[in-house]
Amino acid sequence: MTQLILEQALNGLQFGLMLFLLAAGLTLVFGIMDMINLAHGSLYMVGAYLAAAVTQASGSFMVGIGTAMLVTALLGALLEVSLLRRLYARDHLAQVLATFALILIANEVVRMIWGAQPMLLNAPEALSGPVSLAGFFYPAYRLLLIGVGVLVAGLLYLLVSHTRLGMWVRAGASNREMTEALGVNVRLLFTAVFAAGAALCALAGAMLGPLLAVQVGMGESILILAFVVIVIGGIGSIRGALVGSLMVGLVDTLGRAALPSLLREFLSPEVASSLGPALASILIYVLMAAILFWRPEGLFPARG
Amino acid sequence: MRPTKCLFALATLLLLGTSVHAAEASRTSVKVGFLSTLSGPGAGLGIDIRDGFNLAVKQLNGKLGGLPAEVIVVDDQQKPEVAQQVAEKFMKKDKVDFMTGIVFSNIMLAVGQPVFDNKTFYISANAGPSQYAGEQCNPYFFNVAWQNDNLHEAVGKYVMDKGFKNVVLVAPNYPGGKDAMVGFKRFYKGKVSEEIYTKLGQLDYAAELAQIRSLKPDAVFFFLPGGMGINFVKQFVAAGLSSDTQLFAPGFSADEDVIKAVGAPMLGMFNSSHWAHDMENAENKRFVADFQKEYGRLPSLYASQGYDAAFLIDGAVRDVKGRLDDKEALRKALEAKHFKSVRGDFKFNRNHYPVQNYYLRVIGRDAQGRITNKTMGTVFTNHADAYVAQCKMK
Repeated sequence: MTQLILEQALNGLQFGLMLFLLAAGLTLVFGIMDMINLAHGSLYMVGAYLAAAVTQASGSFMVGIGTAMLVTALLGALLEVSLLRRLYARDHLAQVLATFALILIANEVVRMIWGAQPMLLNAPEALSGPVSLAGFFYPAYRLLLIGVGVLVAGLLYLLVSHTRLGMWVRAGASNREMTEALGVNVRLLFTAVFAAGAALCALAGAMLGPLLAVQVGMGESILILAFVVIVIGGIGSIRGALVGSLMVGLVDTLGRAALPSLLREFLSPEVASSLGPALASILIYVLMAAILFWRPEGLFPARG
Repeated sequence: MRPTKCLFALATLLLLGTSVHAAEASRTSVKVGFLSTLSGPGAGLGIDIRDGFNLAVKQLNGKLGGLPAEVIVVDDQQKPEVAQQVAEKFMKKDKVDFMTGIVFSNIMLAVGQPVFDNKTFYISANAGPSQYAGEQCNPYFFNVAWQNDNLHEAVGKYVMDKGFKNVVLVAPNYPGGKDAMVGFKRFYKGKVSEEIYTKLGQLDYAAELAQIRSLKPDAVFFFLPGGMGINFVKQFVAAGLSSDTQLFAPGFSADEDVIKAVGAPMLGMFNSSHWAHDMENAENKRFVADFQKEYGRLPSLYASQGYDAAFLIDGAVRDVKGRLDDKEALRKALEAKHFKSVRGDFKFNRNHYPVQNYYLRVIGRDAQGRITNKTMGTVFTNHADAYVAQCKMK
């Protein structure tokens, strides 16, 4: 039983950390630039496709991930300079409409280049099996995801909390006008933050590709979860994004695992087996609603 | 005044007469609305059905029943609401004579009734929900594949016969998934330690696999069509579960689409099907050879179903000599099944579902070293579905 709980906790951790990679970029863009970017999920998709294509061509997963991050960051910067910059001054509705259009465009472009069929991206052979962990087996590749997630979270923490650049970012998130008045080049900062967010998207897409599927529309479903995460964590806060991601990851995984058998204790098996999965899939939204009720600004609001 | 009125009435009658006459006349072309899942995790299934259907039309020189065929292909994106809109357009704007192609039962159930009400024949090349086999059986619905439960029943019987004692079942939470579990348990009477329902379209099975590990079953039966099954098998092997637990699946989760994506970990997996590419009959040999020539891959059971659907339409249209508006005659022609299936012989039950044989297949390497299915033996002979008794149709 403890083994089951431990394994499920690891699964939740892995899922949460991957969500964090997406949510970190999204929360900064939302927080600093006050910009709702629905196309964030499309960058995730583009990153995964690039990783799959380069991996197939070069035969190396590492090269695939590296190239995907670099190219997606460039694409992100280009997008910011050419289009999104013009939307900052507009209201949220205009931003939602414009970036939703970007989703549709990105999906069709990817379909035109790579086709409608999911693309094959396999984990390196060495990581495709299980490893023995204190008496039970756990997939090696999921352990790698946990490692990468922890590493990125640590680096981001150092960058945001202990460097001058990070200070500007935090200052920008908490009060944009004041930061500008103090002489920080916020325009350049925005582009840099956007590119970094795009690179993290590509990393998440490439790492999750072998586990899920590299396909058109893969960004939308995970984007919804990323929005849930930043609403829980507080808009603009990296720490909030991390805590929110882990909460969503754990609640979703443990809910899916435990709810059906829990319900069976006091409901008939038929009712439990149809109610359980349905309830498990809305659990994270219940969590979000509860947090919004008690902390309308999220757990760690960036704007003071 | 009076003569004018009479004349008018006569003219109306004449006009009515001509229009009735025109409707009864034989048609110069056949229109087929092909609505299927062509994008997303379920896309592989729809694409195979489409390719099988198109291959048949091509072999028939672009004709169905001797009439030039127009096949309108639209993607339902695996969304019932999208499918409903497309079906509406097929009936109102395109005025199709037949509809076919739907992969998933939840979409079939969303689209079915309006299509039947419109008296458009629906030839199902895949989805076989229990509802349409039983109480809601309909003169305008034909299933050329199977009833959803059937392939699962065959696996259930085999798992029972082989003496497995402790089984975990995994299926998506939708009508087809529920039919799967019911079908399996109809013939497997041993212990089922857990029935796990997942979200339709789910791709990460970490939580479910951990649960399976803690239950220590000797066999796992899973029904996860398309991309879902690909991910499940890959993650099952990566989690190290394949060493003590035998995997069983219906043919859907162990056909060419899944094998191509998963590869060697599939070796030795048993599955059930009503068709296999190595079946020895002239129609099947021609189908498999032509399919490989046309698309460069082995056909899956979905492709065989799409191919058979086209030939069912072809035979019926030929039998009524193109008089597609004589619905009664067309229905009788479809029921009589004027074609030879690639699966060997089958006949329609009174609920318009097939009565046919089901086979056991195992995944191994063929003579050329390819990983593919091999037919092992027959599990059921002339097997009918369990719902036909509830069907009131004669």
